[in-house]
Amino acid sequence: MRRHRRIVAAIAGAALLIPAAAACGSDDSSADESSGNGAGSDSGGEDAGESGGETLTIYSGRNEELIDPLIGQLEEATGVEVTVRYAGTAEHAAALMEEGENTGAGLFISQDAGALGALSKAGLLEELPEDVLGGVDEAHRGSAGDWVGISGRARVLVYNQDLVEEGDLPGSIHDLTDEEWNGKVAYAPTNASFQTFVTALRVLEGEDGARDWLEALQANDAEAFDGNGGILDAVNNGDIEVGLVNHYYWYATVAEEGEDSLNTRLHYFPGGDPGSLINVAGVGITAHGGQSDAALKAVEYLLSEEAQLYFAEETKEYPLAAGVTSPVEELPAFDSIEAPDVNLTDLDSLEETLALLQEVGMV
Amino acid sequence: MNPPGRPSPQPPAPPEADAPADTGAGGTGDGPARGPAGAPHAPAGRRGSHRPARRRVPLILLVPATVTALFALLPLVYLVIRALERGPAFAWDVVAADRTAGLLSNSLRLTVVVVAATWVLGISLAWLTERTALPAPRLWAVLATLPLAVPSYVMSFSWLSAFPGVRGFAGAAIALSLACFPYVYLPVAAVLRGMDPAQEEAARSLGHGPWRTFRTVTLPQLRPAAAGGGLLVALYVMSDFGAVSLMRYDTFTRAIHTSYRASFDRTPAAALGCVLVLITVLLVVAERRTRGRARYARAGRGTARPPLRLPLGPWARAAATGWAGLVALAAVAFPVGTLCYWIAVGNSATWQPAALLETAWATVGVAAAGAALTVLLALPVAVIAARYRGGLARVLEQASFAGHALPGITVALAFVFLAVRYANPLYQEWPLLVIAYAALFLPLAVTAIRAAVLQAPESLEEAARSLGRGPLRTLREVTVPLAAPGIAAGAALTFVVIMKELPATLLLRPTGMETLATRLWTHTDNFAFAAAAPYALTLVLIAAVPSYLLGRHRS
Repeated sequence: MRRHRRIVAAIAGAALLIPAAAACGSDDSSADESSGNGAGSDSGGEDAGESGGETLTIYSGRNEELIDPLIGQLEEATGVEVTVRYAGTAEHAAALMEEGENTGAGLFISQDAGALGALSKAGLLEELPEDVLGGVDEAHRGSAGDWVGISGRARVLVYNQDLVEEGDLPGSIHDLTDEEWNGKVAYAPTNASFQTFVTALRVLEGEDGARDWLEALQANDAEAFDGNGGILDAVNNGDIEVGLVNHYYWYATVAEEGEDSLNTRLHYFPGGDPGSLINVAGVGITAHGGQSDAALKAVEYLLSEEAQLYFAEETKEYPLAAGVTSPVEELPAFDSIEAPDVNLTDLDSLEETLALLQEVGMV
Repeated sequence: MNPPGRPSPQPPAPPEADAPADTGAGGTGDGPARGPAGAPHAPAGRRGSHRPARRRVPLILLVPATVTALFALLPLVYLVIRALERGPAFAWDVVAADRTAGLLSNSLRLTVVVVAATWVLGISLAWLTERTALPAPRLWAVLATLPLAVPSYVMSFSWLSAFPGVRGFAGAAIALSLACFPYVYLPVAAVLRGMDPAQEEAARSLGHGPWRTFRTVTLPQLRPAAAGGGLLVALYVMSDFGAVSLMRYDTFTRAIHTSYRASFDRTPAAALGCVLVLITVLLVVAERRTRGRARYARAGRGTARPPLRLPLGPWARAAATGWAGLVALAAVAFPVGTLCYWIAVGNSATWQPAALLETAWATVGVAAAGAALTVLLALPVAVIAARYRGGLARVLEQASFAGHALPGITVALAFVFLAVRYANPLYQEWPLLVIAYAALFLPLAVTAIRAAVLQAPESLEEAARSLGRGPLRTLREVTVPLAAPGIAAGAALTFVVIMKELPATLLLRPTGMETLATRLWTHTDNFAFAAAAPYALTLVLIAAVPSYLLGRHRS
């Protein structure tokens, strides 16, 4: 019985002490996190530092490994003290909508255009000044003028070099439904990028055109995967010949495993084919975060040559600011991609796309 | 959590009956159970004609239990507000869509299969480690607990990378069964460990064979533990997203996630979440029915002897070891091997012991705080659920379970919604995160503690009351010490599960705080599997400590 009493005492003790310890722990880590820039929490303008004390809280749906190295440079260039919270893009978008007017976030960095479009529709983003919008092609920003793309990715076909001759590569996604490609095509119907591509297909070729293509693809025994990573693995292993993916996934795998170890290469569909759609990651300033000035400086920095080149090199995505070109040599020039003529703002009908995918039984 | 060096936290085991326990007390029964000292199997308990009138729940339990119940219902407030945001007609359209029924049946099919599989795995391993001369039982006991620490994402990923063909229903069923069977193993092993062998011996002496004894005497006593574990498994399967998403099996939870991911729309997600709550309540009611009025505390006077272990012949020994080994291989060695493989082949492998240690420490701190709060909140509800009958006790217990089948993201958004409006200073601070953990995992602690209280003889509490102790003193000096192993088990279980929690941690953590799960997510999200692996391995390693302590207690 005495043992039990000690256990209970230990638990009761832990109940009281550990939260305190955790509090200390979290204080430590937030101090570490801001790496010498003073208190990291979003304490508004309270702790006016030497730099003028402008602070900014960013919600980032893009990966910490990617964004974090840029933050120091951003702080240096703008004099703004920055705190970043990382989570998935969809989670952040949902949280921003729940926070509404009470949000502590000044800026939202999104992995895709869809989340920015949804926030824009909900009236939670602030309109950007003309000179910022002017620096990015109309196709790569929101039509309400409240978000801009900061980097672009292309849809591509990844193929296994041992199984497919370069000369036999399809000229269009419509070739993939031919008998020749029966059972040889991988796609990821639940992946957001594939769904955006289907939305573009609906916009470009109508509901019936999109449905026909999806049904023909299915009838041609194309194999559904859960994500781009799985497709890359399967094509690389020779389990399947080709797959529809985003261009940068391949470069990420190259960075992890080395190009020599891969049996795969990328193919860009020519002639404005829907299969080479350009999608973007972008940023928007929150309407109620009360940090507009600092956020605007950050947006300007993210569109600066320095930041644009950083994204281009780190992620192999394409720079979107006017006048900046990707330094990655193996990447085809951005303007050489014969992207379809479609405005990203028109790609806000993801629900209809999902309904279509459900109708044909893909998701 | 028990700091190292403390007496071991113990699973729901019966008291080491220092005092004579002279009745088969301790059922879910309301009455002070002064039944004849009879065999405490179910039929005896169902008679109930001798039951005295219902007792009132003392305020000292009722008030904190009500607080817990209201607290657990907080996410549902949000859910209803969001679901009805565009009017009941819209919500009804979402729920009544053709697709919903199909998804629901997919979810339920998966749930049934996984619960059945975890019963087979959990009960067989518990019996082998507790009741047979299996070599190295402690080792197998730890290995049978460790899958709790393996995120279902990692479990599914390792199966998929080895057997790409297991996608769909089979893959999801395998991954979830392997990830969840400890929920059954732990309570069943605890009951086996604490069971008085006298009844089994009586059955044997009356001519029952070992199998018939197991079936007619042992198994009925395992029923509440297995049903409670099965309920937790069912709710886990209903709420899981990681495994079904990787395995591409379309369930109800996937539809909820699609609603967030695709349309960034919370209203359909909330409407579907309400359906999950309804199913949860039905499952809890069903589980309560199976528990019945049976009583499971030991009968007879004197101290219970430790149960005898069934000697195993060479063949039986090999078969038993082979089975335990196979399960450990599939559920622990396989995912751990996958993690080691990531480190071996990836270029992103880095060795940053300082960062790892700091993250591990932060994780342990917040998980321990979460476990402590969860146990404190669970205790009054669990005692009431075990000791009192009637509508009030039932409602309190059901309320604490109601949100458990909701996906983590929904509960996280509920706390974002509530905190931003009504407790802004707490928002994105650690107390709120700890509170969210408690809301998410309350049922784990309630189940463990309730099982322990059920096994403690109620007559001791009555003795204390008759000697003039008030309800609070009885609780403090009798009930809690008797249930201490179960309390410790509930804390350990909650601790391990909190460590791997991701969605609520991401949204509610203090800015800059990292846990092992968030680091794992950051790196796998970035395809840097080799950099991710050490965090997942540390998760399993830390979880091994409470797992080890859980199995240490021997009667």
